Amino acid sequence: MAPEPQQDGRLVANLMHFARTLRAAGLPVGPGKVIDAVVAVRAVGITNRADFYWTLHAVFVNRPDQRPLFDQAFHVFWRNPELLKKMMSLILPEMSLDQPEDEKNEMLRRLAEALHPNPESRETGETELEFDAAMTFSDREQLQTMDFEKMSLDELAKAKAAIARLKLPVLDRPTRRFAPDPRGARADLRATLRAALRSGGIIELKRKSRKLRPPPLVVLCDISGSMSRYSRMFLHFMHAITNDRDRVFTFVFGTRLTNITRYLRFRDVDFALDKVAEVVADWSGGTRIGHCLVDFNLLWSRRVLGQGAVVLLITDGLDRDVGIGLAHEMDRLHRSCRRLIWLNPLLRYEGFEPKSLGMRAMLPHVDEFRPVHNLESLESLVAVMSAPQSRLTAAPMLQIGAQAA
Amino acid sequence: MLQTGSLMANAKTPALPVAVDDTLTMLGSADYVADRSLATAVHLALHLKRPLFLEGEAGVGKTEIAKVLASALKRKLIRLQCYEGLDVASAVYEWDYARQMIEIRLAEAADEGRSEIESAIFSERFLIKRPLLQALEPEIGGAPVLLIDELDRTDEPFEAYLLELLSDFQVTIPEIGTIAAEHPPIVVITSNRTREIHDALKRRCFYYWVDYPNAERELEILKRKAPGAAPELSRTVVGFVQKLRKMDLFKLPGIAETIDWTEALMQLDVLELSPNAINDTLGVLLKYQDDIARVQGSEAARLLDQVKAEIAAAPREA
Repeated sequence: MAPEPQQDGRLVANLMHFARTLRAAGLPVGPGKVIDAVVAVRAVGITNRADFYWTLHAVFVNRPDQRPLFDQAFHVFWRNPELLKKMMSLILPEMSLDQPEDEKNEMLRRLAEALHPNPESRETGETELEFDAAMTFSDREQLQTMDFEKMSLDELAKAKAAIARLKLPVLDRPTRRFAPDPRGARADLRATLRAALRSGGIIELKRKSRKLRPPPLVVLCDISGSMSRYSRMFLHFMHAITNDRDRVFTFVFGTRLTNITRYLRFRDVDFALDKVAEVVADWSGGTRIGHCLVDFNLLWSRRVLGQGAVVLLITDGLDRDVGIGLAHEMDRLHRSCRRLIWLNPLLRYEGFEPKSLGMRAMLPHVDEFRPVHNLESLESLVAVMSAPQSRLTAAPMLQIGAQAA
Repeated sequence: MLQTGSLMANAKTPALPVAVDDTLTMLGSADYVADRSLATAVHLALHLKRPLFLEGEAGVGKTEIAKVLASALKRKLIRLQCYEGLDVASAVYEWDYARQMIEIRLAEAADEGRSEIESAIFSERFLIKRPLLQALEPEIGGAPVLLIDELDRTDEPFEAYLLELLSDFQVTIPEIGTIAAEHPPIVVITSNRTREIHDALKRRCFYYWVDYPNAERELEILKRKAPGAAPELSRTVVGFVQKLRKMDLFKLPGIAETIDWTEALMQLDVLELSPNAINDTLGVLLKYQDDIARVQGSEAARLLDQVKAEIAAAPREA
């Protein structure tokens, strides 16, 4: 870099510190970004605060959800370096931790943690539990201790084998890409010409056919109280399938919807489930299926259902809101995806059939209904999912419900 | 940087804007009413010769930025519309097989040697250049503007392919070799966010989230894009659309819809917005039956009354 006055050196150092703050707060900021930031700031010049803000914004921010965090970090860091010093010291993080847990403060807390990493509070599981107890996160703690016993190596191997056997009742879709295929329907002129040049003599016609690819899979899994005994298994199922194929998106819902795709992408299943435990707040509570589906349809459907996705809905259909608005949202979900499969782990014993209002609101809108009794293991789950479409589809189930009512 | 800039700029083509203010003026002169924040991102992309990555809802003017840049800088616009399964043959290059076959046949008749045939048929003469390769070619007026539209519609393999192209601005064709751009094109990438684009690609770009405009800016846009509309009508239209954006509709109307709606109303000789006029033309603004059903009728009348009351209360524009 060209020799610049001392001021520039200080700017570079400050930019570096700012980048490190962002990185610690969770933004994907690598060393390359710091260099980018210095170059960008020089290109725009520091004339006013707004330009400076948007210059750094263009470099550091990659996704819309990173904007609030960047915004707060920027204002804390560049408006008042003194405040930063304070935050670096011991006092402020404790103060901010005492504040109520609404979204903004949550953000500030992350920032405070980033500015002042406190290794003791997140080192061992034991300390974490004490910490959590103090913060009365008892429901989360329950998730960690009761449901998430570590997976044994044996279990892990079995899970992998089971997922390998899994065959969803969904056909692979032809893509617009081609692969060489000696019995393909189309002539591959490019390969033909290249082969002709190699051999010299007779031109042999090479053929190609369309590649097949499984469609994206979106899993919506109920984690409410009535489903709690299956939660560990479903999470293992979702983790295995997320790491087995691409384009899998996973959501869990109880009273609200949480996207857990990112956390399930961690290779280590126990680590991934710990992460899920941290972010899911409505564990083993009530169910508001309709409300969660509204959220999904509004915020996520266009992002994850775009390429002909198959939706796998795992719920027992017991809805606290007794099915209000549910039919409408199910209809919308049904119309925005390629295929909607409902997996219902009916409770307890053979012959038990919940005839809740929620269930009756949902049934007309699914392409395929798969009830399963005595769901015990990942293997049985995979067996249910892989079975050819049974006679027990939506229509007869509805009749049963109507007769009983 | 300035030197290369002035070398690139031909006497006829306008030079790149020097400061953020100039960028803002340049966009304005081409009838694009931009935020200063957007102008900053555009400025950075132009000067540091990196792609500009624009994300936002449909109809907020992402594609328009590339068109405006091309026209304001008098550069050629090369557009690559993405779709699922887009491959190298339709995005980068393809060999002209039919002509190659004829060439082989002719060469055989003339009894030419194998190596001559090979070098002859894999030469640039038989290369069909698709948008990405075209964008690497030198242009008289300066490097072209390359618009990669709706990148989220392609699949991940193509995205990975773009990585090399966007960082080094070069393409490797096995039969010929590597073709590199002398001057990198001005690249604008847009995404509707129907899926998340990989960070590796975004990292190479300057990112900007294009939001819905506020009422003031939307009115300014409408003035430029639908100049024939009466000011009263424009204000009511903008007020009404802004109200709609606050509702939780399935698909909120974008700026493109606002402009279309205004033009539709003008076509129907509507001088003042009335509930009936709204009901007749709502399909231009909202694209989902559920949304239309929710707004049509009493809700539309209610919103319209609110808007009219607000306009009456606000100080009149000069």
